[in-house]
Amino acid sequence: MKITTDNIDDFATGATVLGTGGGGDPYIGKLMAQQAIEEHGPVDLIDPRDVPDDALVIPSAMLGAPTVMVEKMPKGTEALAAFEALETHLGQEAYATMSIEAGGLNSTVPIAVAAALGLPLVDADGMGRAFPEVQMVTLTMGGVSATPMSIADEKGNSLLVNTVSNEYAEAFARVTSIEMGGACMIGTYALSGAEVREHAILDSMSLAHDIGEAIRTAKHRSQDPVEAVLDLTDGYELFAGKITDVERRTEGGFAVGEATLDGIDDCEGRTFALDFQNENLVARDSERGVVASTPDLITVVDAETGDPVTTERLAYGHRVRVIGMPCSPKWRTEEGLDLVGPAYFDYSIDYEPIETLQQPRHD
Amino acid sequence: MTDYRIGIDVGGTNTDAVVMDGDDNLLAKTKTPTTEDITSGILSALDVVLDDSGVSEDELDYVMLGTTHATNAITERRGLNEVGVIRIGAPATQSIRPLLEWPDDLAAAIGNNVAILDGGHEFDGRLLNDLDEEQVRAQIREFSDVDAFAVTSVFSPVRDDHETRVAELIREEVGDDVPISVSNEIGSVGLLERENATALNAALTSVASEAANAFVDAMNERGIDANLYFGQNDGTLMSVDYAIRYPIFTVASGPSNSVRGAAYLSAVENGIIVDVGGTTTDVGAVTEGFPRESSVAVEIGEVKTNFRMPDIIAIGIGGGSIVSTDGGVTVGPQSVGYKLTEEAKCFGGETLTATDLEVAAGTIDIGSETPDVDGEIVEAAREYVRERVEREVDRMKTSAEPVPVVIVGGGSILVPDDIAGASEVHKPDHYEVANAVGVAIAQVSGEVDRIYSLDEMDREEAIQHAKDEATDNALAAGADADTVDIVDVEEVPLSYLPGNAVRIKVKAAGALDH
Repeated sequence: MKITTDNIDDFATGATVLGTGGGGDPYIGKLMAQQAIEEHGPVDLIDPRDVPDDALVIPSAMLGAPTVMVEKMPKGTEALAAFEALETHLGQEAYATMSIEAGGLNSTVPIAVAAALGLPLVDADGMGRAFPEVQMVTLTMGGVSATPMSIADEKGNSLLVNTVSNEYAEAFARVTSIEMGGACMIGTYALSGAEVREHAILDSMSLAHDIGEAIRTAKHRSQDPVEAVLDLTDGYELFAGKITDVERRTEGGFAVGEATLDGIDDCEGRTFALDFQNENLVARDSERGVVASTPDLITVVDAETGDPVTTERLAYGHRVRVIGMPCSPKWRTEEGLDLVGPAYFDYSIDYEPIETLQQPRHD
Repeated sequence: MTDYRIGIDVGGTNTDAVVMDGDDNLLAKTKTPTTEDITSGILSALDVVLDDSGVSEDELDYVMLGTTHATNAITERRGLNEVGVIRIGAPATQSIRPLLEWPDDLAAAIGNNVAILDGGHEFDGRLLNDLDEEQVRAQIREFSDVDAFAVTSVFSPVRDDHETRVAELIREEVGDDVPISVSNEIGSVGLLERENATALNAALTSVASEAANAFVDAMNERGIDANLYFGQNDGTLMSVDYAIRYPIFTVASGPSNSVRGAAYLSAVENGIIVDVGGTTTDVGAVTEGFPRESSVAVEIGEVKTNFRMPDIIAIGIGGGSIVSTDGGVTVGPQSVGYKLTEEAKCFGGETLTATDLEVAAGTIDIGSETPDVDGEIVEAAREYVRERVEREVDRMKTSAEPVPVVIVGGGSILVPDDIAGASEVHKPDHYEVANAVGVAIAQVSGEVDRIYSLDEMDREEAIQHAKDEATDNALAAGADADTVDIVDVEEVPLSYLPGNAVRIKVKAAGALDH
């Protein structure tokens, strides 16, 4: 399939749903992609099964705080420098680029990179959602190294980083991003076509597209867009409420905080708390306790339109619905939960799959 | 004090006015054609309602003006200033140029003059890049034909130095007469939306001062010495000076007022409001008597902005809409506006408007002539309008359940009574002046925008302090203590300042004290 200025909106909407409140606002990535596609032409979204075993795929991403990304967008040529540095270092030309996270900004930024470089984009990613840190990809469990990683900013500064673990790659990239003004572009997790098929989450970009298309179509047909999303993702509606408080602080480059909701409609009389660290991580109902937690997906959507609301846009008075969706089975292993489970984010709760926390849906 | 108020709504087609007493009883109303000079339209409406109500000029405490001038200017791309859109932030931000996502014709209407120049700050207040004053001056000179400037610097909500300096340079280069809009006074963090709102604000300043001057002139001419207010987006009131500098804050005041007025007149507290004017039809939702606020980025003329606005969809259909029969019948978005009584066929003009169709069909009787229009064209146009309105009503609904729909505004005749998805359709008494009623019962507000050090007090204390002060400001502006409520709280952490600083913005609003 071709990614064009006509269907880029669907990718962006779906990516916001998969972004679970974080990953940055895909609107920015969408516009970057739009400008790049206008300048360089459409991008091929290729099936990961068609990538040759030894072909070099270099995922690209923007790294930093979402509040910075909506204010200081990239120059646009940072990724080119990052790619060239990696290709030179590895002595192989890139066959394609890829998203490392299907949720949020980093689902659409690689589209801009692909357009500018004239490369196809592989229909896969490393998360199936968004997570805040570099090592939080299924690729880490597969033994794929995040480095050599190329980090570049708009001013022309760039670094080529080699580390002994993906956690160190995260640490160095994060410190660097703050020095670079809170956001930078990276080329990372250079991997082979065979490794993509074995360790990445496949077909996630087309899922983002389908979710976006479903929301748009449901609105057009006056159907409930939330139902359409739940159907595509096997998800659950967790709460409907009005936001009464949002506390935020910036810690080590992350937007950390908690949103409090007062129930409306069927949820009246209950309150709901949503903890986020860039992404929504734990959802608690005043009566039922924890109703969903990372790595399952928790997304806030506008109560009326079904449009996903990112954490930086949560604000006093919004009427919203909160939906939960099961994550990839890869994340539900012991190794996966060590990387992205509640304990990693300092929550003293045991992970339970969202399905077991929910009453069965009565349709 | 006698406590009489006049609410005036200047629409693209009609100027409406109502006189209300302290208990919100409507004493008199009128609907007169909007005039090209605005002032005479305001005056004739004023004279009618004062005469009908028996209230004299010196018994008026408040005169409130709502105007859709700014909205219509954007919708019709008419009367907009040519704007020099200057973004300070290079080398960052170049991957998305200013106005990229604007509709082509709107970008063209403000001249498509954009530049991304060196400068800006980082999130923590550090310098992103030096401001290059010579580069800025050269760019200002290159924009020699523009009527207004819009200046947006990266992270100006945290540090506004570069915007302030660029505004000074513009003053030095082009003098004091060219309006300058700086983004930190218009919007919050989120560069593109803030830049869009700032560019639209700059585009609107001529339209705004024209409307404000007309308002003040009209009051002076009648020797009225009352408190003068403009309605703003959130349904509260603002001073005339403020309205001239920040016209973007009035763009949704018409819909806000009409939602409030329609809810008051119909006693429908929850439902969908359809306000059919001369130029546009606004579809909004009322929740507990107030306009439902939009959740996130609000589109004005298909452009994203980031301030809080009522959730309104405007479509270019109204009584003055021009009907086209080239390749299928369409209605709007072009409108004859206030020239309905000159240009519409039923008034002897040459242009076929939506109003002409209803006159031809015999459903209304206005003007001097009955245009001869093929019945199939009338039906096709009605279906066109119905489909557009039904689609937007559906979009505003919270579920598939039928909801009450209230139709107000002078062009209500264009919308059928049997709308799909409506549980009941109201056209309440005084429906034609719902806007003017809404602005007359509008609230006053008070704001606080202050930096607190969270080392000195905890966050809850700081927010409470800001809320108390905003409430005090609303009371000082004339709000009734029993009705004051906090309507907005916004918090921006400023980690670059010592002492764990946070910028807190709070807005409180309440009814005018009687």
